[in-house]
Amino acid sequence: MERIGVFLCHCKLIPPIDTGRVFEAIGNKPGVVYAADYEEMCMAPGLERVKEAIKDEKLDGVVLTSCSPALYEETFRHIVTSAGLEGYQMVVAELKGQDGAKEATQRAIEAIESALERLRMSRPTVSSRVPITKRALVIGGGIAGIQASLDIADAGYEVILVEKTPSIGGRMIQLSETFPTLDCPQCIETPKMTDTGQHPNIKILAYSEVEGVSGNIGKFKVKIRRKAAYVDWDKCNGCGICQERCATKALAEFQQYLDLPGKIAHRKAIYIPFAQAVPMRPVIDREHCRYFTKGKCGLCEMACPVGAIDFSQQDSFVEIEVGAIIVATGFDLMPKSEIAEFEEDPDIIDGLEFERLLCPAGPTAGKVIRPSDGREPKEVVFISCCGSRDPEHGVPYCSRVCCMYLVKHALLYKHAVPDGQAYIFYMDIRTTGKGYEEFIQRAVEEDKVLYLRGRVSKVFRDGDKIKVWGSDTLTGKRVEIACDLAVLGMAMLPSEGSKELAVKLSIATDEYGFMTELHPKLCPLESTVPGIYLAGCCQGPKDIPDAVAQGGGAASKLLSLFSQDEVILEEAAVS
Amino acid sequence: MRVEISTKRIYSDFVKKVEEINGQTLPPCYQCGKCSAGCPMSFAMELLPNQIIRLVQLGLEEDIAKSNTIWICASCITCSLRCPRGVDLARVMEALRLITMRKNIDHVKISEIPQETIAELPQLAMVGGFRKLTA
Repeated sequence: MERIGVFLCHCKLIPPIDTGRVFEAIGNKPGVVYAADYEEMCMAPGLERVKEAIKDEKLDGVVLTSCSPALYEETFRHIVTSAGLEGYQMVVAELKGQDGAKEATQRAIEAIESALERLRMSRPTVSSRVPITKRALVIGGGIAGIQASLDIADAGYEVILVEKTPSIGGRMIQLSETFPTLDCPQCIETPKMTDTGQHPNIKILAYSEVEGVSGNIGKFKVKIRRKAAYVDWDKCNGCGICQERCATKALAEFQQYLDLPGKIAHRKAIYIPFAQAVPMRPVIDREHCRYFTKGKCGLCEMACPVGAIDFSQQDSFVEIEVGAIIVATGFDLMPKSEIAEFEEDPDIIDGLEFERLLCPAGPTAGKVIRPSDGREPKEVVFISCCGSRDPEHGVPYCSRVCCMYLVKHALLYKHAVPDGQAYIFYMDIRTTGKGYEEFIQRAVEEDKVLYLRGRVSKVFRDGDKIKVWGSDTLTGKRVEIACDLAVLGMAMLPSEGSKELAVKLSIATDEYGFMTELHPKLCPLESTVPGIYLAGCCQGPKDIPDAVAQGGGAASKLLSLFSQDEVILEEAAVS
Repeated sequence: MRVEISTKRIYSDFVKKVEEINGQTLPPCYQCGKCSAGCPMSFAMELLPNQIIRLVQLGLEEDIAKSNTIWICASCITCSLRCPRGVDLARVMEALRLITMRKNIDHVKISEIPQETIAELPQLAMVGGFRKLTA
């Protein structure tokens, strides 16, 4: 490029810059024939100046400076192209941010120099038009994925919903009741699950995982592994006789592997994960099934009225082509064993396990019992921030929902055991949602939940009791509670396998594995790859209303893409 | 020493009595500290008003008895008026004083008040003081 123009923006957001020195430093750079400064280059008058200068000075290359290039690049590109240049003839240099070691002017000079270098290397691009395959892939069948699928399907496009477990529903369907209105997920999520199952535009691939992804926005090729269920789901009618007949019991994933007296939380080796499962189809757990472990059994095979059991089934693969992808892979809880000072004990459980104990549709039919002996606990301690906000031993972030679900636990526990007492250890109570603070105040006033401000330093068994050592920093006293059951509000982590999935999708994650949004404020739904959107807890801890909102938002982003017939992809021309 | 927190303590006779006399249950307090921030007498108190409420919530009667707070309280009701949770602290303080005095414990011994003080004190203050500080 022979005639390069440099446009220096220096509004109040950018640290004061000595424009004279900048011009002096870059004036003698090869190709630079024009330099100008303006206070707000991003506003209409500034942009107009750029346009005029390109025409008047016959510029063939432009360096613009900006506080946030990612956001302004598109705007600048429009101006530059409207002045007759092409996209590759422009580079935006970032001026925001101050490095303690260097002063602002020096930083600006260096940023412009590097932009000039990039401009010199910049080559014409060729744009290709790719027709958009108007089919969507949603990965993860939790509430966020369900919402996204329904919204896309209702708009008339085909959706493939891939779910790792045998049924959609996700974490939400495991919960007892949901804060702050105490609706039960079995009542409010099941209709959405059923709609998803019956929607003519949605194809659920349950018990399946994404194996590989290639391609770009508009046309992704996705390979999906359908895990062997050892049941022909097309023949199966979901009657459930197989699981009634099966003689082998195992700990149930859906019950968070709770081991309750009388094995009431166990499932069979062939099982439908829960009563409202969608699809209502069983899978065989190879590790426990007697046919696989002992080589003989076949009770389910004999019982099945439609001959759907197929012990010879293998994993199979399907390849699909989609135009865009929504990732909604959700969360897992940090394992309790991560906190060394909390003993491993059947009566020290995490929040999801307690949800199963509280759930009216759960193994105990909502009766709260101690996993160790089945007795009703009379004093229960709930502990917030287990692993969260602990950069030294756990994760530094706040998991956002624990404050609320622990108080909901305490309140539901009091409803189940009116003569019981709930204690909650907390560091701060974070109630940012609608109706949340009122919910906590209600629990404190009506249900006499006692809050103790401080972290717990030890939880251990002492005879029949669980002892909790903590402190109440409000009184400055060290406190000890001998309770019957301790419930830990463990930190939320991205679900297992989400890092590997992110690699397959080439999208960025943060150091904990949460998928990175394109911009923390202005692009919270887009991943770092065009055509791949994020919804729910895969992007960061959030509660149900936020996950649903994000699911709907991601769907609308996807739909605005699908409202076009083709995308324009730009690639550097091979010279 | 670790203080054992249990239902025995948080629903003790002491807590029940405080609630009965002041006519209000205490859990609403969320320990914001506004009462203490505005209390005109807090400079002389060993424990702040909000700490007293917290001790009542936990049933720690002995700690309250050890501090001078309830006797320093001037019953000006600034705290009660400003409390965002509607806790009537002045009444709680009065309840705590009554609980002590009902055990026949005087906070001031009238016979030990110096003659000069008596000569200077207005009659009204004396009556109020005896009413508030003696059994």
